[in-house]
Amino acid sequence: MKKKLLSALLSVAMVSALLVGCGDKAATEAPAADDAATEAPAEETAAAEEATGTGKVYYLNFKPEVDEAWQEIAAAYTEATGVEVKVVTAASGTYEEVLKTEIAQSEPVTLFQINGPVGYQNWKDYCKDLKDTELYNALSDKSLAVTGDDGGVYGIPYTVETYGIIYNNAIMEKYFATADAKAASVDEINNFDTLKAVVEDMTAKKDELGIQGVFASTSLLPGEDWRWQTHLANIPVYYEYKDKGVSDLADLEFTYSDNFKNIFDLYINNSTCAPTLLGSKSVTDSMAEFALGECALVQNGNWGWGQIADVEGNVVNADDVKFMPIYTGVAGEENQGLCTGTENFWCINSQASAEDQKASEDFVNWMISSDEGKNYMVNTLGNAAPFTTFGDDEKPSDPLAKEMYRFMEGGKTSVSWNFTTFPSQAFKDDFGAALLEYCNGNMTWDDVKNTVVTRWAEEKAALAQ
Amino acid sequence: MTKRRVTNAIIYVILSLLTVAFLYPLIFILINSFKGKFFISKDPFAIPSGDTFVGLSNYVNGLMKTGLLSAIGYSFFITIVSVALIILFTSMTAYYISRIKSKVTSVIYYMFTFSMIVPFQMVMFTMTSLADKFHLRNPLGMCFLYLGFGAGLSVFMFAGFVKSIPLEIEEAAMIDGCNPLQNFFRVVFPILKPTAITVAILNAMWIWNDFLLPYLVIGVSTKYKTIPVVVQMLVGSNGNKDMGALMAMLVLAIIPIIIFYLFCQKYIIEGVVAGAVKG
Amino acid sequence: MQKTLKKYFVIFTVPTLLAFAFAFIIPFIQGLYLSFCEFTTVKNAKWVGLNNYVRAFTDNKDFLNALLLTACFTIVSILTINLFAFAIALLLTRKMKGTNLFRTVFFMPNLIGGIVLGYTWQQMINAVLLRYETTIVSNAKYGFIGLVILMNWQMIGYMMIIYIAGLQNVPTDLIEAAQIDGATPWQRLTKVTIPMVMPSITICMFLTLSNSFKLFDQNKALTDGAPMNKTELLALNIYRTYYARTGYEGVGQAKAVMFFVLVAVIALVQLRLTRSKEVDQ
Repeated sequence: MKKKLLSALLSVAMVSALLVGCGDKAATEAPAADDAATEAPAEETAAAEEATGTGKVYYLNFKPEVDEAWQEIAAAYTEATGVEVKVVTAASGTYEEVLKTEIAQSEPVTLFQINGPVGYQNWKDYCKDLKDTELYNALSDKSLAVTGDDGGVYGIPYTVETYGIIYNNAIMEKYFATADAKAASVDEINNFDTLKAVVEDMTAKKDELGIQGVFASTSLLPGEDWRWQTHLANIPVYYEYKDKGVSDLADLEFTYSDNFKNIFDLYINNSTCAPTLLGSKSVTDSMAEFALGECALVQNGNWGWGQIADVEGNVVNADDVKFMPIYTGVAGEENQGLCTGTENFWCINSQASAEDQKASEDFVNWMISSDEGKNYMVNTLGNAAPFTTFGDDEKPSDPLAKEMYRFMEGGKTSVSWNFTTFPSQAFKDDFGAALLEYCNGNMTWDDVKNTVVTRWAEEKAALAQ
Repeated sequence: MTKRRVTNAIIYVILSLLTVAFLYPLIFILINSFKGKFFISKDPFAIPSGDTFVGLSNYVNGLMKTGLLSAIGYSFFITIVSVALIILFTSMTAYYISRIKSKVTSVIYYMFTFSMIVPFQMVMFTMTSLADKFHLRNPLGMCFLYLGFGAGLSVFMFAGFVKSIPLEIEEAAMIDGCNPLQNFFRVVFPILKPTAITVAILNAMWIWNDFLLPYLVIGVSTKYKTIPVVVQMLVGSNGNKDMGALMAMLVLAIIPIIIFYLFCQKYIIEGVVAGAVKG
Repeated sequence: MQKTLKKYFVIFTVPTLLAFAFAFIIPFIQGLYLSFCEFTTVKNAKWVGLNNYVRAFTDNKDFLNALLLTACFTIVSILTINLFAFAIALLLTRKMKGTNLFRTVFFMPNLIGGIVLGYTWQQMINAVLLRYETTIVSNAKYGFIGLVILMNWQMIGYMMIIYIAGLQNVPTDLIEAAQIDGATPWQRLTKVTIPMVMPSITICMFLTLSNSFKLFDQNKALTDGAPMNKTELLALNIYRTYYARTGYEGVGQAKAVMFFVLVAVIALVQLRLTRSKEVDQ
């Protein structure tokens, strides 16, 4: 028995060795042929172009939640034009990591995105000047684009987004009808004190309201903490920049750290689960809690509509999904609106072959100018596209996008997105980890504040090098 | 001998408890792979029943999302082909460098031995970019890289064994008119069989489970992902984390190894011991 | 014979050598060189001397912390794994019925890959911690203990097999002789058995040492360094220096070189020790 098995195993190995013997030769020969090509890189790209005829598009998508939509768009574009489009989505929090491995290889990413000026500093070697492209020409507000010191245009925003506190109006109405409600309507909640009073009262009455917590869980799973270390952190930074009249700082004092603490404490102490469990929660978990009616409020942006609508057993009525601004206790915040801006700038890889660059340009043009592309932009991706090619009726019509336009036209002051100046992903990750440590009681708030201030300075210094 | 019986009973109890401890994590994911995704985090130890039992839907979901099936295929292909290449070529190389004594061969031998102690992180980036430049980002390219990366240990083990084969046997074959190649395959290789099995098992275990090399070389953008890469991506893509599917995929990733183990247990255990003693 | 074989150099060695050059020699030399450079790709390297090595320690404390943590982790896992494995091996060599079945079960986890294993245990540990309303990433201690348990679960079976092989080679008459001389079981264990299986012990020590020291997959899957890189071992620290950020490629490569030197030193010590042991016998 032993012998039989032995020889069987061995013969399998031998046969496969014979089978692949020829395959291996091909593999070993390929490098030899390539040697010549590397000596003359120009020839190599020329040969590659010859082989494919036309360029290809390789788009590295930033948002996991719209991955399926992009796959569909890629297929549609290939069908319409015959140009190959590959879309890969990086897991959240790993965009730069994936971009790094994918951009310098022989079939590189041709279309990618940066999150603003800081992203541009990291990737400027790969950003093509888009000044003469139709994409830039069609941009309705030219100041939105990311520009370099040389006056070139390197990143074009493809969507304007907003975030705030999403609320379920049905539950809020139910609360306002209870005895001794701290407010009579959402409009009365226009500062932190009122918000706090309402939220804490709602927590006290949560059984009556049929919810498990007022806020959805504050997802602090590493990679899932961007709603806090990026979005929520934008508010104190916005006010600090505003006070100092600057648009960036080498040293952040974090003067509004107490305001951050105000709202953050409110989130974690009036939530669906204990603060110590937040390290296992993802954004999907939070959005599912909201969709299932387990909570009334969740901080997120207009892109979150899909994540609410797609949850199985969703009990939230589309008309009940609305936005309110994030109040943190800053003086004069009664007039504060939602946080509106963009961190999604398209860039074209300047190191890709000329054909691929052209193909990528054509692809994004198609997205913003053809009827089919525009339809995908607006209705499938839900992008509020800042281009002149989009008419007034070509706006996303999901409930949160409608809320965004309502606030834009309502005369409140939007908070701009300043987190595009945050020094690095490492800074944000450490901030998020510190928040998690704070929730677990391993760090005091002063420790968190110190972490933010020191890491900001360190990473800004590293960036300047 | 009642005293001995009592001790034995106690030992059996201890061993059985240990068995439970060793199997429990596997049972745990198996149980949870049949639960609805929301119930996993709520009551992880409960046996699925009624509402919480979702049949095979986690498996279906997971397979649709991840392409684990094709990953199993690629894992099998890469493992089998690489191991075959390693057995064939490293045994030949080991034979040659132990039979021919020269400065060149001893330098080669020491380089192979040296490579065994170099951690992968040392060559992680440079090897990846080299592999990209020479179009090795595909299953066959991976096999080629595994041949190179597995060569150290394999040559070392084969060489240790070749030295113990008496020259007389080969000389007889040479007089019969065999050329060195025929001589190697007809006379030497059959003698190397036990070592070949050890080498095959050690390499198969390593290649099947290897994560960082395929993750970096094959990467996230090609279709040739192996099982560990797919599992990592499933968990890593937190944006749409589905605990049920994760549990199901973990179960599917483990099953082939367990089957392989139950069938070839003896060789695996012998191989591992031999490998440990020599390595 | 030597002469004819010599002519076959190409057939016998070139395929392996070619693959070896691609997978190891060229990347190794490039890696060594790049550790003294600032670069983002192999092509645009700029010589900066020892700067990367200095930065590995001065930019932040993560590398030193990872080094310390790795040392702690390695010591704890060497001790626990070998103690358990040896104890189980003793139990399984008492010529009782059914020991093979136990051996099969205990060895099995060793075959499961680090990534799959890491996520399996992450789910398990989080499920246990859920009762205490906490998670594995909420405290570095949990992550550390979790990693030790995981390593034990995976490595005990392997070491046990080696110990069993060693124990079976201890001549029975030696033990019987000791028994007749009136040695207690404990004396038999410490005075006869353990000295006789010393080679196995050395092997197991170094196997656990190098496995724990180079641990990557399990670390990445179980906690990925969270919270705040406090459960980040060396290999993961190097990987993340490299890939999780820009501008630190050279530093990552320098760290990798230092990591390599450490591993090489350990291997040399091992070689010395095993060599000297062999002479003793």
